[in-house]
Amino acid sequence: MAEVKRRTLLASLAALGAGACSKVADSDTGANLLDSAEEWHRAAHRALAGRQRLAPEYAPEDRSPDVKGNGSVTVDTPEYQRALAEGFTNWRLTVGGLVETPMALAMDELRALPQRTQITRHDCVEGWSAVAEWKGPQLGQILDAARIRPEANFIVFRCADTLYGEAYYESVDLVDAYHEQTIIAHELNGAPLPEKNGAPLRMRIERQLGYKHAKYLTAIEAVASFDDIGKGKGGFWEDEYGYQWYAGI
Amino acid sequence: MSDPVKPDKPKKRHSLSTRLWHWINAAALIVLFMSGLNISNAHRYLYWGDYGYDPADAWTSVMRFPGWATIPGHYDLAAARDWHNIAAWVFGVGLLFIWIMMLVNRHFTRDVMTSRSDWSLPVLAKSVRDHLNRDFSTRQGKYDPLQKIAYGTVFGILLPMMIFTGLAISPGFEPAAPWLIEILGGRQSARTLHFLFAWGTFAFFVVHIALVLLSGPVRQIIGMITGVESEDRNDG
Repeated sequence: MAEVKRRTLLASLAALGAGACSKVADSDTGANLLDSAEEWHRAAHRALAGRQRLAPEYAPEDRSPDVKGNGSVTVDTPEYQRALAEGFTNWRLTVGGLVETPMALAMDELRALPQRTQITRHDCVEGWSAVAEWKGPQLGQILDAARIRPEANFIVFRCADTLYGEAYYESVDLVDAYHEQTIIAHELNGAPLPEKNGAPLRMRIERQLGYKHAKYLTAIEAVASFDDIGKGKGGFWEDEYGYQWYAGI
Repeated sequence: MSDPVKPDKPKKRHSLSTRLWHWINAAALIVLFMSGLNISNAHRYLYWGDYGYDPADAWTSVMRFPGWATIPGHYDLAAARDWHNIAAWVFGVGLLFIWIMMLVNRHFTRDVMTSRSDWSLPVLAKSVRDHLNRDFSTRQGKYDPLQKIAYGTVFGILLPMMIFTGLAISPGFEPAAPWLIEILGGRQSARTLHFLFAWGTFAFFVVHIALVLLSGPVRQIIGMITGVESEDRNDG
């Protein structure tokens, strides 16, 4: 394995010198190199920051005026529009997959759980940032209540929205799923989550970029592998446009 | 410490570590700069402070960089980020390597570090005049004050700041050193500074290439490849 990586690296560096970047990226060795680089980034971040170190939290006066709605800013289905009109009284968040106790949680039940409130910065892969207060139950306590099975390695987030004709979804590993600041937010700046920001529920994965923070959340699924989900890369942007599954950089 | 150089032995100009680093770093910087321009196209507005998303709050907007200037040659944020972040490893590890080597082999203290006399006005003025007159004959293998200041700025400020401002933009790195983002004035300030230092580095690159071309490009390039001073000093 190490030998393969070393050869891959040498081959890619040689090609890099020739300025043939797109050819490198299209080749198998080039793609492997770029994939393993993503693993180095994750390993380096985890080694430097530890698994549970927190993202910075801000004071109320540091908040930005708003949080930009990006990607899907609504869900164009009659079901969602009806739920929105009803104030999401019948919205259910299902918790399933590799769990002992599958659940379907109503909004009131989510609000009745212990809540975490955090003023954090949202960083989009495009480069912009917003600072806002998010409130909701920690994902970890819901996973504990559902009792995830030992063979589960990833948590998949299912969403009501489609983007460019494909169902939005995302996934994280258990380190980020159980991170203290990983919450299922139902409030933004003290008010119910606005439609453009993912009403009624969205994920907060504070140490990663915005596309990991799945909006219009309908289901949480514990899985051993995401190879058979979507196109197998672990998320909408990963599947459709080659974005990095680890979005901490 | 220094051996007397025999007259018939070619004079050594650049150590192996300097030459290796120079070319690997050049390749990494080209990939970083061109993939960085592709990334810039994703959001062409720069802000100060922690946040910024509304172009109305931007202190400036930058041009959309054309395909010939970017890696890949069309807008592809995901691929550009892959190139940028892998070249960043080469650049970052390389910079650490060359700093250690420059201190160990005393290239830094001997050639780059300025002395008090380098900053005296007449000496600086002569150095400026020599550059303007394209007179590079009086060097005898030594760096003159302007060169020392330029290389010192690049090694001491521009290149390290590229690394620090780049790390500060990464949300996964931030929990390891939140103070870094704070001293840079927030994530959007760090992003702005990353952009400005990148263009500062590019400006050095342009001047560097221009002076190589003016001072005998064949001799200079052979020197940076073989490490040996060629005899013909008047090929430029």
